[in-house]
Amino acid sequence: MAKRIDISGLTAYYGSHKAIEDISMTVEPRSVTAFIGPSGCGKSTFLRTLNRMHEVTPGGRVEGKVLLDDENLYASNVDPVTVRRTVGMVFQRPNPFPTMSIFDNVAAGLRLNGSYRKSELNDVVEKSLRGANLWNEVKDRLNKPGSGLSGGQQQRLCIARAIAVEPQVLLMDEPCSALDPISTLAIEDLIGELKERFTIVIVTHNMQQAARVSDRTAFFNLAAVGKPGRLIEIDETERIFSNPSVQATEDYISGRFG
Amino acid sequence: MASTTPIDTPPAPPAPPDRKERPQPTGRVGDKVFVGLSRGSGILLLVIMASIAVFLSYRAAIAISKDEGNFLTTFDWNPAGDPPVFGIAVLLFGTVVSSIIAMVIAVPIAVGIALFISHYAPRKLAAPIAYVVDLLAAVPSIVYGIWGALVLVPYLEGLNLWLDQFFGWTYIFEKTEVGVARSLFTVGVLLAIMILPIVTSVSREVFLQVPKMNEEAALALGATRWEVIRLSVLPFGRSGIISASMLGLGRALGETMAVATVLSPSFIISLHVLNPGGGTFAQNIAAKFGEADEFGRDALIASGLVLFVLTLLVNGAARLIIARRKEYSGANA
Amino acid sequence: MSHASTAVQERPTPPGGHGAPKSALTSRSLPRLAPVGFAAVAIALSVGISTAAGWHSKVQWGMIAALLFLAISYVATTVVENKRQAKDRLATSVVWVCFLIAIIPLVSLLWTTISRGAERLDGYFLTHSMAGVLGSEASGGVYHALIGTLEQVGIATVISAPLGLLTAVYLVEYGKGSLAKAVTFFVDVMTGIPSIVAGLFILSIMLIFEIQPSGLMGALALTILMIPVVVRSTEEMLKLVPNELREASLALGIPKWRTILKVVLPTAIGGITTGVMLAIARIAGETAPIILLVFGSQLINTNPFSGAQSSLPFYIYEQYKVGEAASYDRAWAAALVLIAFVMILNLVARGIARWKAPKTGR
Repeated sequence: MAKRIDISGLTAYYGSHKAIEDISMTVEPRSVTAFIGPSGCGKSTFLRTLNRMHEVTPGGRVEGKVLLDDENLYASNVDPVTVRRTVGMVFQRPNPFPTMSIFDNVAAGLRLNGSYRKSELNDVVEKSLRGANLWNEVKDRLNKPGSGLSGGQQQRLCIARAIAVEPQVLLMDEPCSALDPISTLAIEDLIGELKERFTIVIVTHNMQQAARVSDRTAFFNLAAVGKPGRLIEIDETERIFSNPSVQATEDYISGRFG
Repeated sequence: MASTTPIDTPPAPPAPPDRKERPQPTGRVGDKVFVGLSRGSGILLLVIMASIAVFLSYRAAIAISKDEGNFLTTFDWNPAGDPPVFGIAVLLFGTVVSSIIAMVIAVPIAVGIALFISHYAPRKLAAPIAYVVDLLAAVPSIVYGIWGALVLVPYLEGLNLWLDQFFGWTYIFEKTEVGVARSLFTVGVLLAIMILPIVTSVSREVFLQVPKMNEEAALALGATRWEVIRLSVLPFGRSGIISASMLGLGRALGETMAVATVLSPSFIISLHVLNPGGGTFAQNIAAKFGEADEFGRDALIASGLVLFVLTLLVNGAARLIIARRKEYSGANA
Repeated sequence: MSHASTAVQERPTPPGGHGAPKSALTSRSLPRLAPVGFAAVAIALSVGISTAAGWHSKVQWGMIAALLFLAISYVATTVVENKRQAKDRLATSVVWVCFLIAIIPLVSLLWTTISRGAERLDGYFLTHSMAGVLGSEASGGVYHALIGTLEQVGIATVISAPLGLLTAVYLVEYGKGSLAKAVTFFVDVMTGIPSIVAGLFILSIMLIFEIQPSGLMGALALTILMIPVVVRSTEEMLKLVPNELREASLALGIPKWRTILKVVLPTAIGGITTGVMLAIARIAGETAPIILLVFGSQLINTNPFSGAQSSLPFYIYEQYKVGEAASYDRAWAAALVLIAFVMILNLVARGIARWKAPKTGR
């Protein structure tokens, strides 16, 4: 199921502005990779290039290669729609479809991809909600609107929606930044379970969170204000937090800047 | 901004002697005068609205009390006759039918254009197109009227024959009378063209308000552009489309000049919308006014009152929908 | 948001690596310019079919071409790609077709008005009335109607602008409670009043008090149409003024009414001007109330308070009804004058709005 991602020479633009420059790295399957770095260093932009969401932004374009098990996402005959189906995404703020019920939210992706029988849908929805540790909280109100849930529940609903289509990779863009500590903990536990099945990439501002949930950590930084963001280093999380090889990483982690 | 009383005025700090600011009591009086003026004009608006209803009803009552026909069901307009006979049945029918035709044509196209501007057009094109659409909403209806009569009518003749040929079996599109295309159908097409800009620009506004994160949610699931629109844009914009359509409908119902120039009026009710003939409230008023004596004018006022109520209902419904939508989107903000 | 504007630059891929035969991400797809080809085929076919069937109306040609275009692109995409892509393509095609369908009559309207109007429009036309001119004569002008429009619209503006402004100030700065709610509601209702009903209202007053038609009566009806537009736009603008400004002024001990006059209104004045000008543009084209209340005249009457007058939109209607070639020419020329007037007002108003727009967003 889970796939490896090989990124090489990736540069992303907003119009004429270069947001990130020449990034190369490998994301291991069945593991959690965390992106950390100061605000504006392009880690979210980079994340969005991994499922071709970056080009949805007006003026957004990408150079370079992203190989998903040897297949380039940016090859000319690749359909971005298929890419996004294969590489799922969870956003900073929970964004369930406001007019849909909890059930329909989870089933939305499946329904796009063809007709399912009701019983099949039921199974997948239950499995996904269980997978997102939300089943017990919502099983009695599947037909209620998703927007009626608490923030943390909504975020887990969005995770359920993302995993329902069985993606290979799950991208998470600061999934806990809008949540309280208890909901955050629930999501972090969930990430630990999900990495058994998916390749997970998570952007976070919270270094403790990166240390808690990730296997590998990548540190991004700006060379200077107005310059594009760059990958400074990527390594085992333990090593990044204990003995990073670049001084800037150590400065950032120890709170000396950023 | 708490209330309408001088409480709003914060307690005056002791004014330094050299300040040019007027002494505080003047401020109080000024406040009172100003509040009075502004509230007065608000009240004046209410008075105007009330008097529209009262005056129209009063004159309408005079007319209807002397009407020897049934005001609602008579197929004739002859207030100058002896006895005076007039009724609004034909006008109500014509108004409703031409407006329905206009809505059926205009709303889907307007939603299409709105989506075109908000989601499909190349970005460099979208802004100028939106601008031009807004400008077109300002074209006076009389210009649409003469364009409709002198340009559109000849163009639609072929289409009318064609509709008759292929869809005549629907009864509605059966053309049983020869004659130029000065029919309710043509009026409906012209009204559709006229309300297109307003329906488009209101719908476009709503589509642009769709939260970006809702669209991204759909995109990230691997939705095509159309599926993004179906999953997040249309559900969010549904009430907006409805209220935009109602606003357009309100315009179509009350439109005078475009109908008066295009339609060749007659006092018959026929579902053959391609046949020349029929009438609408506003068109009838404009057409019959010149020859009407005082009683005839009262009769026209009576028909205008019905039009007034009709547009009130439609606009009121549109406003209600908009108000409910505000609450709804507020809850999700 | 728009996919059309995005471009993905491709680096040359090294040999090996990707391009494996059984790929999960790639699928057969139509070339980017395929829709243009579909359109060309559809147009060619529709011309062929229409010619063969002997249809002459260009409207039919266009409709057949549009339908063929939708059908071809749907079928082709279903065959080459898949059903989902086909639906997506169909939606894109429908939206484009909608746009094209709508653009044709609107362009035709503007083009006809400009080309037909320019034939007759000259200095003579703008400076002469219709006094002593027969309908069939290629003479006469629009001067009297121009005077009428300017005076009627002027009076309506003088009444509605302050009333509308004050009402908006009341709603935004003071309004709370049931009176404000009622005013808000009825302003909305007033926006929807058909112009002919506004005319009938003034007519009923004229009948009761036995008043003769004059420019003033027309102006009063126009006032009813104009006030709600002014209130709405002014309200929007006042709401854009940041509350901090008001509080800063009030905290200096400046009375509320002076705060409104000296701080709030000047901040919003650009937008308010725009709103008033757009309202003027709207009422300048109203015909129905003029028919009922001003009566129309061939002569120059500069006194709006007594006697019949004409107005531009009324003049267009009148000339249209005469039904002679010469009168149609006059109608188009007057329509061009009217559209030019309205469009210039619109452009200037929107220009002001852009230039004076408050820097703070909502």
